[in-house]
Amino acid sequence: MAATDAPRVPDQPRRVDWQSRAMLSRRRRRYAAEWRLKTYGLCAIVLAIGLLAVLVGSLMATGYKAFTQSMVTVEISLDPARIDRNDVFNANWRAMVREGLAAAMPGLAKSEERDYFAMFTASAHFLVRDRVVARPDLIGQTAEYTLPLSDPLDQFNKGEIRRDTPPEQRRVNDRQIAWFDALVEKGLITRPFNTGLFVNADSRFPELAGLAGAISGSFWTLLVCFLISFPTGIAAAIYLEEFAPRGKATDFIEVNINNLAAVPSVVFGLLALAVFLGVFGLPRSAPLVGGMTLALMTLPTIIIVTRNALKSVPASIREAALGIGASKHEAILHHILPLAMPTILTGTIIGLAQALGEAAPLLLIGMNAFITSPPAGIMDPATALPTQIFIWADSPERGFMARTSAAILVLLGFLIVMNAIAIFLRQRFERRW
Amino acid sequence: MDQQTCSPAVVTPAEPRIMKNKPVKISARNVKVFYGDKQAIYDLSIDIPDRAVSSFIGPSGCGKSTFLRCINRMNDTIESCRVSGEIEIDGKSIYDPSIDVVELRARVGMVFQKPNPFPKSIYENVAYGPRIHGLAGSRRELDEIVTRSLKRAGLFDEVKDRLDETGTGLSGGQQQRLCIARAIAVDPEVILMDEPCSALDPIATARIEELIDELRGNYCIIIVTHSMQQAARVSQLTAFFHLGRLIEVGDTDEVFTNPQEKRTQDYITGRFG
Repeated sequence: MAATDAPRVPDQPRRVDWQSRAMLSRRRRRYAAEWRLKTYGLCAIVLAIGLLAVLVGSLMATGYKAFTQSMVTVEISLDPARIDRNDVFNANWRAMVREGLAAAMPGLAKSEERDYFAMFTASAHFLVRDRVVARPDLIGQTAEYTLPLSDPLDQFNKGEIRRDTPPEQRRVNDRQIAWFDALVEKGLITRPFNTGLFVNADSRFPELAGLAGAISGSFWTLLVCFLISFPTGIAAAIYLEEFAPRGKATDFIEVNINNLAAVPSVVFGLLALAVFLGVFGLPRSAPLVGGMTLALMTLPTIIIVTRNALKSVPASIREAALGIGASKHEAILHHILPLAMPTILTGTIIGLAQALGEAAPLLLIGMNAFITSPPAGIMDPATALPTQIFIWADSPERGFMARTSAAILVLLGFLIVMNAIAIFLRQRFERRW
Repeated sequence: MDQQTCSPAVVTPAEPRIMKNKPVKISARNVKVFYGDKQAIYDLSIDIPDRAVSSFIGPSGCGKSTFLRCINRMNDTIESCRVSGEIEIDGKSIYDPSIDVVELRARVGMVFQKPNPFPKSIYENVAYGPRIHGLAGSRRELDEIVTRSLKRAGLFDEVKDRLDETGTGLSGGQQQRLCIARAIAVDPEVILMDEPCSALDPIATARIEELIDELRGNYCIIIVTHSMQQAARVSQLTAFFHLGRLIEVGDTDEVFTNPQEKRTQDYITGRFG
């Protein structure tokens, strides 16, 4: 009321000339600054997507051939007289399989057999044996068996080893090429999708090496990691956020948790080596130890994410619960935690995705061992996807090169799936207040 | 500047008429509240009648909400907050160590400034209190409590067909009535309302005011409000707060027509605030 009849200051109604030259150029500069900011951002995104495309593109280029495998299909007759039904394992599988393979190439000289059989995977007889063990009715029948070619022939079929290379520089000799051409002629060579990449465990022979061991090793490891870090992280975060008295001790803990999140993962590996293996004597290469190590790494992430999620639940919900006489733990467990859960889950999945891609700590606890059967539990020796990639990248055989890229693509696939789940959860359950 | 002229608080000029025929429900003596080093309330003493509506008015930051939150000890949740002096409900000190806060808050319900239903169904919102306090022996009893509370809050007819829809999907006024139903469901003796209509439109406000008037006969209601008209319409006792002090308290009609204090008069005539 009093303000309306205040005396007018003489120089107050000063008109600004918004159309003046100075004003116009000033506005132009402001718009230009905005345009630059937008352009910088756009450039950054183009660069990031470009680099990602280069990465995935080069992996695809080297890795796509590992998703198929050259196979030969031959008829093998299983004479019941040569197989003891009570001891199927110890029949002379090698001889029976070799007879079948030789039958596909009539007129093979005795001296040529060594080179000829080297065209097929050295484990062919194990593959036939395992199939018959699973289906005993095959005994006494003549059936078609599809067996992988050995790595050099696989590479030759895929064009990685070229015909015009001088024979002394390639691992496939001229006779083998001639036999191969003859088999192609008969339509016995196929190149189907490489299911072995997903159902086989590791092997010395690239044509048989697969990721089943690494995938199940990673699964058990992540399971242990989740079971340890998720409840512990949430409990720690609830205590710090809701119960801990504010003070020097809490600040100290908080600073240390933030620091832990930034500690290089190899350090956690060393710690695990010294404590879990050294002091507690837990088994080497076990997913249990791997999971515990990765849990150390994931824990700070989950604590930080959970604390932020709890903080972002509006105070009005807490007041509403306390206001009708809920105790603190009821307010937390019935209202605050459920509302924070989507965010916590999202953060946890991203933390686990990080753990999935971690190789360094697992190398130190021996999860880079050569293990030819998938682990059946958390105490069996195992590898994990990143350490399997490490092992294959280190192997000299040509076939492992493509398989390394393929394994990286599989790992990236898992990461994309996990992150997609995280995004889905966030969008599906995100609440607006 | 006002704090320096720290004369002993001029409080009640004469005993309000309402106190003669209503029993005292809440009585505060020399209450002081500090947030860290900052004092928010100075030596406050007041008696609040049962089965009536009392309103706290005053400019922003005068301590009326702070005092309201002392009555159900919601201030406990603020770490830096200290309360001294005596607040008694039915003659029992609520800051006594033997008092259980959970029980106190069940007896002293609260409705907040912004409607804050739980993001759960309407039914669950109302049922939550009785459930945690174990007030219903069976599902049928719980249904009864929910229905009765919603009816008393004047919301039942609007939501009876959609009790399992989420409470946050209601309009602002309905949400606030849901919050009142939620508070009533645990059968409190006192209901504290902290500017319950400040986020509502005039029609929803009128609906809440009617409701407060209906509830008056059964509860001791305290309402903090910035609207002088609202205080005049719904309350029988009015207390005027200024800068952390209780300046004047009396029958609502007395305070509004014949204020004893100049500051009260200035405020209610809109000269400051």
